[in-house]
Amino acid sequence: MNSITGLRVAITGGTSGLGLALVRELCARGARVAFVARGRERVERVAAECPGSHGITGDVSLKVDTYPIAVQILGELGGLDVLINNASDLGPASLRLLGDTDCEDLERALATNLVGPFRLTKAVLGALSASAREGRGAVVLNVSSDAAITPYPTWGAYSASKAALKHLSAIWDAELDGQGVRVLSLDPGDMDTPLHALAVPDADRSTLKRPEAAALEVINAIAAALPARERDGDNSEGLTEQEAAS
Amino acid sequence: MIAATAPVQRPADARLLVVDAQGHVRHAWRRDFITLLRRGDLVVANDAATLPASLTGSHLPTGDAIEVRLAGRRSLSADDVELFSAVVFGAGDYHTPTEKRPAPPPLLAGDRLALGPLRATVTEILGHPRLVRLHFDGSADEIWAGFARHGRPIQYAHMTTSLALWDVWTVIAGPPVAFEPPSAGFVLDWQALAAMRVGGIEFATITHAAGISSTGDAELDARLPLDEPYEIPAATARAIARARAGSRRIVAIGTTVVRALEHAATGRGSVQAGAGVATQRITESTRLQVVDTIISGVHEPASSHYQLLRAFVDRATLADADAAMDAVGYRTHEFGDSVWFDRRAGQRGMIERSSDIDGFS
Repeated sequence: MNSITGLRVAITGGTSGLGLALVRELCARGARVAFVARGRERVERVAAECPGSHGITGDVSLKVDTYPIAVQILGELGGLDVLINNASDLGPASLRLLGDTDCEDLERALATNLVGPFRLTKAVLGALSASAREGRGAVVLNVSSDAAITPYPTWGAYSASKAALKHLSAIWDAELDGQGVRVLSLDPGDMDTPLHALAVPDADRSTLKRPEAAALEVINAIAAALPARERDGDNSEGLTEQEAAS
Repeated sequence: MIAATAPVQRPADARLLVVDAQGHVRHAWRRDFITLLRRGDLVVANDAATLPASLTGSHLPTGDAIEVRLAGRRSLSADDVELFSAVVFGAGDYHTPTEKRPAPPPLLAGDRLALGPLRATVTEILGHPRLVRLHFDGSADEIWAGFARHGRPIQYAHMTTSLALWDVWTVIAGPPVAFEPPSAGFVLDWQALAAMRVGGIEFATITHAAGISSTGDAELDARLPLDEPYEIPAATARAIARARAGSRRIVAIGTTVVRALEHAATGRGSVQAGAGVATQRITESTRLQVVDTIISGVHEPASSHYQLLRAFVDRATLADADAAMDAVGYRTHEFGDSVWFDRRAGQRGMIERSSDIDGFS
């Protein structure tokens, strides 16, 4: 038994790279996992590989998909403790100078990396706050990048979207301080993932972090932001933050 | 009174009719509702999100077009989604008033229905030709995906624009188990929740599968509300016990909260945590055990919601309230104006208070 057992977690971009590593690790640790990805076949394959997980086909960059995704996450898990906004779009498929970047590529990066996480977080925020009130804690973890801070040439679309997401996370975290919902932003480092291969096709993969290692860091960051749980994994008899304060 | 026809959860000009424990009636702006609360109050809301419970499709034995409105469920368990009770309409959609909708073809146990990607079997006729029990094919995940992709929020002819889920989910919406929005909760936004916290006002939630409000059929409407499953978190039950012990006021946001809390009442002013199914009807003869104040929408006198208000105030006061609302044209229905009713003084009481008036601005 550990702090992850029984935790209700939703992960976007759950069929490749860091997202897939998170789905596998969280399932192995007994979390109740729902994951989202665009390709139905890959979703079904990962769901079959991780029995008990809930695969949801949807595109977080599309407004019309937000609520169908939220209905399935909240319906299938009966609520939500943790949302991991992991799905990311690089922008132009091969990195290029901003002056050479199509507006549509920037818009798509913003839709996937900023507006999508904003919409989905907003749709499940009620469920997360309920979890916090019940003493289970609640965390939104937005996957960030060092490109959110450092202005690397040719990474403009991706960087701008991740910088905005990082700031959004910090502000939301401050605003939700009283509600017991944490909004974290975490840079998993340069990983050996399909997105990295798209960005830097000739990278020496042996120098890149394995997504499985990054997944452990993400899970540790989430566990550290949740209230300590009883040994039996059930904090229902513990005091909520509100009770402890009163 | 007139129906509100725009899907705006918190219109700036929304009104709130305030009826205090002495039966005094006055008008307020709903945006100021927070000023009616006072330090120590416990506010309880229903955090059910609204299921896209309107499913169009066809009755396979005849090929006739139908609309199925999911209306009831035996539990809130996430994987218990095979069986629903449902009201069935014939061809058409919400643009036609429910009472003018054509009847569905005669429904028989065993009939198969195609509802977008979903398939279901009528397993039982529930005492009315249009009220049936449905068994959906597939796994729980497939059924949830079908609802999510194909379902629409239930809506009525007074609302001319097509509702999206974001129109009907409250900001606190959690599990998608309500068949229609617990719309009293539209009063809440994150700013209000933050203000409550700063003001020492406690906030808690229950999850209650708010049922459908109208079927267009007098005989069916007389059976509303149908049985509604609910879940009371342990933290909420503890908050209620503490508030009761401290003689603090318990303010319910919506009729569903009243129905759940009073159903779960233990008789000692506290409530039982956990899952239940509210089967009772709250009327003027109901002795309220838990809730002191209700914030609710403006309802038609024939509705069960209106009947429930009689548990809070006597008929004469309710008539005064109706007259006051009529005089300035309060808007009805889910996106309309609101009422605040304190339980009338001396109506019952584990705890008697001298006056509730001091918290009013």
